Amino acid sequence: MEERKVLLIEDEPNIIEAIRFILSRDGWRVDTHSDGKSAVEAVRERAPDLIILDVMLPNRSGYDILNDLRGAEETHDVPVLMLTARGQTKDRELAERLGASRFMTKPFSNREILETVRELVG
Amino acid sequence: MEKTPLTGSRIRSYRVDRGMRQAELARACEISPSYLNLIEHNRRRIGGGLLVRIARALDVDPGYLSGVAEVRLAAEIDAAAETHSEVAPERGQAEDLAARFPGWSRLIARQYRENRRLEEVIERLGDRLTHDPYLSASMHNVLTSVTAIRSASAILAQGDDIEPEWEARFHRNIYEDSQKLTEAAEALVSYLDRESGQDSDGSLPQENLDRWLEGMHWRFDALEGNAQATPAEIVEAAEELKTNAARDLAHAYLAQYAKDAARVPLDVLISSLEDGERAAEIAHRTGANLSTVFRRLAVLRSDETPCGDVYGLVGCDASGTLTFRKPIPGFDLPRFSAACPFWPLYRALQVPNTFIEDTLKMAGRDEGRFQAEAFAETKYPQGFGGPSVTEAWMLLRPIMDNPPKALQVGTSCRICPVPECFGRREPSVFA
Repeated sequence: MEERKVLLIEDEPNIIEAIRFILSRDGWRVDTHSDGKSAVEAVRERAPDLIILDVMLPNRSGYDILNDLRGAEETHDVPVLMLTARGQTKDRELAERLGASRFMTKPFSNREILETVRELVG
Repeated sequence: MEKTPLTGSRIRSYRVDRGMRQAELARACEISPSYLNLIEHNRRRIGGGLLVRIARALDVDPGYLSGVAEVRLAAEIDAAAETHSEVAPERGQAEDLAARFPGWSRLIARQYRENRRLEEVIERLGDRLTHDPYLSASMHNVLTSVTAIRSASAILAQGDDIEPEWEARFHRNIYEDSQKLTEAAEALVSYLDRESGQDSDGSLPQENLDRWLEGMHWRFDALEGNAQATPAEIVEAAEELKTNAARDLAHAYLAQYAKDAARVPLDVLISSLEDGERAAEIAHRTGANLSTVFRRLAVLRSDETPCGDVYGLVGCDASGTLTFRKPIPGFDLPRFSAACPFWPLYRALQVPNTFIEDTLKMAGRDEGRFQAEAFAETKYPQGFGGPSVTEAWMLLRPIMDNPPKALQVGTSCRICPVPECFGRREPSVFA
């Protein structure tokens, strides 16, 4: 069976480490990227099955990145799980409007993130 | 609806209410009683200076006599009625109410204005929570650290087959993130404290004094040695002190400073420290009170102490309220809320005239130990038969070595990370 790939776009090293550990143990290949500005190129290069995208990134917002991803043919349908520390309705609505597949607020549990990832690439 | 009375009728009504005779009011306003009588019966028009003089003699706003204030008041009562239409107030009678019961009407209007003000404050604070970039960034830092800690600790708690290398890595991550969380939460609480202080108009006298003293580095060379200025002159020149209350506090502080400086001169203090003496020994040798020596040590600069240390100092009154704050790095002092009950300062308060000494470590911080010396003294300003006034002081000094036994204390319950503290009086933001 072909290895499934997740691209984690997040700038907090310890969160990266924890998510990488959890998903790797579940059989996922986890690539990471920490800079907002070059995130879209990273998605094109890595061609992941799923993107986990933090909203607050250095140099560029996760919302802008999502907007670009949904506007490009090759990334239009890739599932995107948005992570954010802001759980307000308007943030959730903005993410949905821009085409996020799921929206998860920090702090989330390991089980929650694992189940969501499995669900999105089921 | 009763017609709003004319100015003359209002003057008569206020005069009668105050139990003044016509002749008495006329004399106070420097007019003849017969002229006042014509005014009161609305047979002479009145305005300008005479209206102001009559209003002053009746101790009332001139607007209430002319009817302008009454109309304004009626409009406010009507607006208040609109916000609570469910209690069915008689909307058409606001003007009548303002004319017949001006005092009650002013109360209604004032409460209406206060409600409006509080609604605006709530709206502003709500808006700030949503849009304030600093608050948003601080909350983001807190939640990011919490997420990292939660994930790493769940991995450690659930996994029994984790390789030792990963296990060590997650332990280290939890430690790092808990440090970050402490810093983020402390920054957040201190920001909120500062903001709430500014909301109450930014000029709380004690706050104003604290800021000024901090700007002056708690040191006034003009009061040292052959004093070159008086406390009053220094206060007069201090533009940063915004209110009379703050200036009064500053004057009291400087008067105490000057007395202390005369009691324990700077050169005596510095040479005592060079001889290895500590506060208790300096007090014993100079005959000064221990509190005086504490206050004197707290004014020293780092180049005046043998190890380059700067002393911190905290003072409180018998209620435990902090009346003086001079922080030192690593030992934070609460700005508004009450301090940690385990501070030796409060032990000293319980046993006045007893020297208390302890080694402290700040909860949530691995590094940093502090030598705390505390002392409280009770005075009887009106003699021994009168009420007593107790004041406690705690001198703080960082210590380089790491003694095995140190009492763990916090800044205040709100930002203290100790989970099960038997001295806790309110939940921590870390809970």
